[in-house]
Amino acid sequence: MEALFAILIGLFFAAAVYLLLSKHTVRMLLGIVLLGNAVNLLLFTTGRLTREVPPIIPTGMDQLPAGTANPLPQALILTAIVISFSFFAFLLVLTYRAYQELGTDNTDEMRLAEPRDEERPPMGY
Amino acid sequence: MAANVPALTFVVLFLPFMGAVFAPVLIRRFGDKAAWLLALAPFFAFLHFCGFLSEVAAGEVVTGGYAWAPSFNLSFSWFLDGLSLTFALLITGIGTLIVIYSGGYMKGHPDQGRFLSFILLFMGAMLGLVVSDSFLMLFVYWELTSITSFLLIGFDHGREKARRAALQALVVTGGGGLCLLAGLVFLWNITGVTQLSLLVHMEDGLRESPFYLATLLLVLGGAFTKSAQFPFHFWLPNAMEAPTPVSAYLHSATMVKAGVYLLMRLNPVMGATPAWEILLPFFGGITLIAGTFLAVRQVDMKLMLAYTTMASLGLLVMLTGFGAPHAVEAAVLYLVAHSLFKGGFFMVVGTVDHEAGDRNVTQLRGLRSAMPITFAAAMLCALSMGGLPLFFGFLAKEEIYAALAAGNPRAVFFTGLAVIGNALMFAVAFAIAIRPFFGPPSANPKSAHEGPVALWLGPAVLAVLGLLGALFSGLAHHYVSSPMASAVSGEKVVIDITTVPHLGMPLVLSVITIGLGVFVFWRLDGARALMVRVLENLGPGPDLGFDHFVSGLVRLSVAITRFVQPGRLEVYMTATFILLALTLLVPPVVFDELPGMPAWPGSVLPQEAAFLAIALIGIFAVLRAKDRLTAIVSLGIQGFAVAVIFLLFGAPDLSFTQFMVETLSVVILALVMTRLRLSPADHRPRRQLLFDACVAVACGLGFGLLLLKSVEASFDNLLTDFFNAYSKVIAHGANVVNVIIVDFRGTDTLGEIAVVMVTGLAVLALIRVRAGKAAVSQEEEGR
Amino acid sequence: MNTLILRTVAPVLTALMLLFSIFVLLRGHNEPGGGFIGGLIAASALAIYGIAFGVAAVRRAIRFHPMAIAGAGLFISTLSGLISIFFGVPFMTGLWIYPVFFDVEVPLATVISFDLGVYLVVLGAITSIALALEQEPGPETGGEEG
Repeated sequence: MEALFAILIGLFFAAAVYLLLSKHTVRMLLGIVLLGNAVNLLLFTTGRLTREVPPIIPTGMDQLPAGTANPLPQALILTAIVISFSFFAFLLVLTYRAYQELGTDNTDEMRLAEPRDEERPPMGY
Repeated sequence: MAANVPALTFVVLFLPFMGAVFAPVLIRRFGDKAAWLLALAPFFAFLHFCGFLSEVAAGEVVTGGYAWAPSFNLSFSWFLDGLSLTFALLITGIGTLIVIYSGGYMKGHPDQGRFLSFILLFMGAMLGLVVSDSFLMLFVYWELTSITSFLLIGFDHGREKARRAALQALVVTGGGGLCLLAGLVFLWNITGVTQLSLLVHMEDGLRESPFYLATLLLVLGGAFTKSAQFPFHFWLPNAMEAPTPVSAYLHSATMVKAGVYLLMRLNPVMGATPAWEILLPFFGGITLIAGTFLAVRQVDMKLMLAYTTMASLGLLVMLTGFGAPHAVEAAVLYLVAHSLFKGGFFMVVGTVDHEAGDRNVTQLRGLRSAMPITFAAAMLCALSMGGLPLFFGFLAKEEIYAALAAGNPRAVFFTGLAVIGNALMFAVAFAIAIRPFFGPPSANPKSAHEGPVALWLGPAVLAVLGLLGALFSGLAHHYVSSPMASAVSGEKVVIDITTVPHLGMPLVLSVITIGLGVFVFWRLDGARALMVRVLENLGPGPDLGFDHFVSGLVRLSVAITRFVQPGRLEVYMTATFILLALTLLVPPVVFDELPGMPAWPGSVLPQEAAFLAIALIGIFAVLRAKDRLTAIVSLGIQGFAVAVIFLLFGAPDLSFTQFMVETLSVVILALVMTRLRLSPADHRPRRQLLFDACVAVACGLGFGLLLLKSVEASFDNLLTDFFNAYSKVIAHGANVVNVIIVDFRGTDTLGEIAVVMVTGLAVLALIRVRAGKAAVSQEEEGR
Repeated sequence: MNTLILRTVAPVLTALMLLFSIFVLLRGHNEPGGGFIGGLIAASALAIYGIAFGVAAVRRAIRFHPMAIAGAGLFISTLSGLISIFFGVPFMTGLWIYPVFFDVEVPLATVISFDLGVYLVVLGAITSIALALEQEPGPETGGEEG
């Protein structure tokens, strides 16, 4: 099962990286979403896969029975999902505002901080 | 002694720093008279160190200190033997005179407070340097003297020349400091001690070490740059851009001797090896000759002195490494003599410059009657520097010749160098002491007259000391020279040379030196013209090289910055992901850690296969999306597929969260996309597309292999078992995931919700940037 | 999206979702659920309401600025962690009390109030983002303080 997941996760990463290599901020945004999912799945699979038995202690027991899913990666991923969503929202608004202010979504044309013909630093002392 | 001596020493070591803190305040309050008050700080330190004289003369070593970080074997500890005590006395004694002198020299300068503050700061650093016991402390103080020297040379920072000189001194001596640090680390590694007091008693072990030569070269890198040895000498003359008190104090009497101090300090453990006895005399000798020749060429008295200082440092290094009997004694005597006469000489030149407004030795004439005390001081200094009988310089020179003169070719060679160097220094000394003061008075920028007491006290005291030290040579040898020489050579040494000339080879060489010196003095203008011609033929020196070095460095960093930061996000991303792919793929291949071929999963349930396929379709659709709607919908598809996968593999919490997040993502994405009017499809040229695809596939492959490799090993259940065992029993929760989030790892979660909160605020701020502007303009219109 | 169906369904749907979100929050300790999920459900509920009736209606309905809600949540969470100081145990140690109301033992804990804080932060921050984006850009953006 893990092998199948490895292929899926590899494809997730590949797609995310491909999108992130685009010049257009909107495409990069899509890449960020995919990257978040890819990382979450990676973490999830590293904690080993278990079918359908959630890590919830049944009534009358004090510990998880054997064969339940690993709760630790789930706890990590749960917060990661929310954080990456906030991050995505922030980037979305940033893209939007950058488009409003600069009139472009092409990163090559966003050169406010690093202008194309920056003058050389002074050579004296 | 009744008083707590270690505590007092500790306070004394910090006195100059305290003086530095109060200097600006005092100067503002009392004007230049505050210098007299500030001079009390070094003067008190001087008296305190005088208290150790008899103890150290008896052969004892004063140590003390406080543990600082005992677990790292670090302590603030000091170590006073003959060598460090003599240095401490020179630093505080000359320092007292310099502070007084600065009060007169910088009188009325708007930044006098800052100047005195820097001087005292340097004094504290230099004092710390010579009394340091621990390597680390030595290094810290060493660099501190470089930094204070930088501040003082660049004191007049309005002028570009001063800035350049300051930077040059910092680069050269600071770079040397780094060499020294490496050398100290070597020393520590070889010997296992971090304290000089322990190191100097190590009889052997260091010289036999295979790393001896490396250590020696690194230490020499530090010492030679600090003490302006050829080919690092060029910063010292340029440092004359600093006000004259700085030249007198840092660049002749104390700081430049730090390198010599280090060599002398290490002589007992590192000296007397072939490398030591070749490198030191060789570079010292070159520096001696180069310094004197360059000094003859100059017309600016300050520069003449600067080059002779360089020459003297060369002589000291040469003697320290010469290895013959009397050589160390000669170095010790010459070091003390040089500090006295050169410090005094610099102050004389400063006074002349201050009062007559000129420093040109060919212009100034007839100042003798206008400045009698200054003239007297100059004469005394010149007599000592020229090495004439009755002066301390004479003792030093006799000892030098006694050490050098021998029958073998090496000794003859270095004796020759010493004779030429000393003769030229003799000529320069008298050129400065006689030319400006005799003859008919010249027309100077200022009408010259004797300066105030602050300006002549320093040179007068130092000049007279040069005489007294020789007249009462027994006393001086007992308390200063002999203990210092003992410390340098590592065994008991008694110096007994007196000022009474005694027949022998040294006296003959002295007479030759003086004769040659008088001849050069007589034909000085001719010698200068000759030197100018010779130097022109030699071509540019290392000073110009420094300019090329700095501009080259700037050019190089510009080029590198342009290369790594071209301002295109695409390039940054590509570089990042290529590096990521290499990090993931190269180590497994190189170390043969690739995962084995995984077994094909036997039991894939149909629903699992279906949702994996849906996720794949989603990804593919996102990649191929040509319009907004497709992009949003396909993004949603892969997200929901992931949510279902979570559900299928026992993570309902994740599944629900992912569902909600995907829903909200689609909603806000739709909200923004409708306003952007953007095509989500990008048009990459075919080559770009192939390249990007390769990088992407490499990254994907890397992560896939990483995952396969990590699931190959058996799972470490330690943490999971802990949470399972205690979730219900201690934290009273059946949903282990939730218990981990809110209880076991609650602090983590607190940080995470803080991040969510900050994101919310940031989004609000981004949205409101323009809204805020609009609101303000509306308000303004309303008024 | 001012369709009649949405406008009719939206209030009921929002109310139900909010109720469900609180239910999810409270049962989170023993069943799937918790503050993060609850907060997200509540934020979606408000987003739906916003789509149907506009941003101003949502702002009126929740009375406080969403970021104020989030701030209150962060405050509650931090406080829940800090209570342990008074009992001489490390920061964030869960503390339980079992008061009895009408013969029913109700277990209460700082862990629950902590989760409530998480709920409020997620609800507030995400609602704030969603509302900021739903709002049509224009001069009335200045009146967000409502």
